[in-house]
Amino acid sequence: MPDVSTEFSFDPTAEVAEEVKAEGEQTAGLGPWQLAMRRLRRNKVALAFLGLFLTIVVLCFSAPLYSSWVGRGPNENNLTGKVERGGEQQDVVTPDGKPIGPGLSKEYLLGADANGRDVAVRMLYGGRNSLFVGFMSSLITAVLAVSMGLIAGYFRGKPDVVIRSGFDILWAFPVLLFAIALGSALAIGGLNLGPIEISGGSLWIPTIVIGIVYIPYLGRPVRGQVLSLREKEFVQSAEAQGMRSLRIMFGEILPNLTSTILVFSTLIIANNILTEAALSFLGAGVQPPNASWGTLISEGVDRLVTAPHLAIVPGIAIVLTVLSLNVFGDGLRDALDPRAKLRLR
Amino acid sequence: MARFAARRLVNMVFVLIAISIITFLIFYKIPGGDPVLRIAGRASNETTRAQIREDYGFNDPVYVQYGELMKKTVSGDLISYSNRVNVREELVRGLPATLSLVIGSAVIWLFFGVLFGVLSAVYAGRWPDRVITILAMIGISLPVFWLGALLLYYLTFKVSLFPAGGYVPLTEDPAGWFSHLILPWFTLSILFIGFYTRLLRSNMLDVMNEDYVRTARAKGLSERRVLGRHVMRNALIPIVTLFGLDVGAAIGGGAILTESVYDLQGIGQYVADSVGSLDLPPIMGTTLYAAFFIVLFSAIVDILYARLDPRVRLNQ
Repeated sequence: MPDVSTEFSFDPTAEVAEEVKAEGEQTAGLGPWQLAMRRLRRNKVALAFLGLFLTIVVLCFSAPLYSSWVGRGPNENNLTGKVERGGEQQDVVTPDGKPIGPGLSKEYLLGADANGRDVAVRMLYGGRNSLFVGFMSSLITAVLAVSMGLIAGYFRGKPDVVIRSGFDILWAFPVLLFAIALGSALAIGGLNLGPIEISGGSLWIPTIVIGIVYIPYLGRPVRGQVLSLREKEFVQSAEAQGMRSLRIMFGEILPNLTSTILVFSTLIIANNILTEAALSFLGAGVQPPNASWGTLISEGVDRLVTAPHLAIVPGIAIVLTVLSLNVFGDGLRDALDPRAKLRLR
Repeated sequence: MARFAARRLVNMVFVLIAISIITFLIFYKIPGGDPVLRIAGRASNETTRAQIREDYGFNDPVYVQYGELMKKTVSGDLISYSNRVNVREELVRGLPATLSLVIGSAVIWLFFGVLFGVLSAVYAGRWPDRVITILAMIGISLPVFWLGALLLYYLTFKVSLFPAGGYVPLTEDPAGWFSHLILPWFTLSILFIGFYTRLLRSNMLDVMNEDYVRTARAKGLSERRVLGRHVMRNALIPIVTLFGLDVGAAIGGGAILTESVYDLQGIGQYVADSVGSLDLPPIMGTTLYAAFFIVLFSAIVDILYARLDPRVRLNQ
């Protein structure tokens, strides 16, 4: 499980600040990271949405705590039970199959589903899975796209031709179609590649599928940037000092790509949470018994007539999460590079 | 220009071949996709299965099987393993619905995307910009199928404003065609309107800072002329590119979610159904069909880009 709160921290800022202090050069101008931080701090809207997002993350990851406080597991059915609402006992699921809606009570805060399961508990567990898929798939995209972009842009020639054609092919693959095909195929048989064995119901299947399909979206801009960065003086001087290629790529060029990667990651997490929901809706994403906001919506859509809250609640959760990431990502882009051309699409 | 077009054509063929090979290998390798069971049914005995394996050439080497499949794809004789329906006929059958959906909503999203983008940039920092920005950010954060399902439920079942899902051919009943498509058009457009608004706004603000815009103002041109002739012309170029790519992807089955929610029986829905059943021939057919449109539109966009922006050289 990734430590999500560090995902957006600005370590380089701290480093720059320490260096400045150590050398006693208080007169030195502000570094680019400090400028960016200052700009970001002024953007109250972006910070507020970052706060909203972190709140959602913390809530979702404390799902087991909430579950034990309420005393209901995410898959615990309760067809015959009653719950106290406003001083009177009400059926969790009425005899004709209508689940209770949201209301003020410790249990069933967001209502029940057709099996009498607590929607609030399921929402938190589902949210944990949605966030997991969103984060980890973005991490996969970032790692693969950045290394491929670095190799292609730095070595040029044959590696570039191979990687660039790979990007072209992946780009031309219809994203959703490819993801559904891969997702539903793997959901049946699982993935079996030598030492790596992933069972069909695993969360890793949609994670890997989503992670792969978006590689060109970051890989192409990274490659372009590396192509121009490698002609800069600092790379030439590193080469002249006899530095190894790997060290130049990761030690010299990579730090210059940080802002691109950071902004892209924020926006791609938002995008991937939506993609996961879409895949789950089409039956090719998260598989039962695991739940995610996408599977909750698709279950809920079938019951809009009797229990509209089943579809509305997880939908609002997705909108809030994705919106907060998009707004923060926008602010981050403005802060890091006000004239940046990088866009997700 | 001709040389560039020729090279793009070669590149297109190469990409399509690569995609067909990858698709084939994925579904050849993946367990649970055994086509023999699909054809013979799960209750079949071993002799029938062996016979089918022989008849359909599943015992041949991989490359022969691939070659046979591609031959059928090109000649249009591709037939589904599970329900024996011709893939090309299914695609042709779904095309009118998909084209109606995509073209209609492309007009809507381009119009409103440009309108809101321009308003947002012209009033940058003031209240129209703020309102539009909030709406655009919400627009790009909505799960399409969720929005579609809610609209369908509340506006057709609860309040009978629109007819419930399904597609009515334009030639049979133009009014019915229109009323059935209003909600799908709107649903598909929202996301794109959000993206185009944001993109055009920031492009226009970038261009407005250019020296030539200051020069144009300094020469005393009217604000309308500065915006129309100097700012818009440049700010719209990336929008044109994006528009081409998006339309290509949407025709190529990118509207899967909207089509499924509204039961439009278009290509997207056919794709979703056949992919879900892991039936190789339809998957191959639809993937290549979709990839064809994506590659075609990106080539058109590149050529158009060079036309619109004389600074771009195609031979680069």
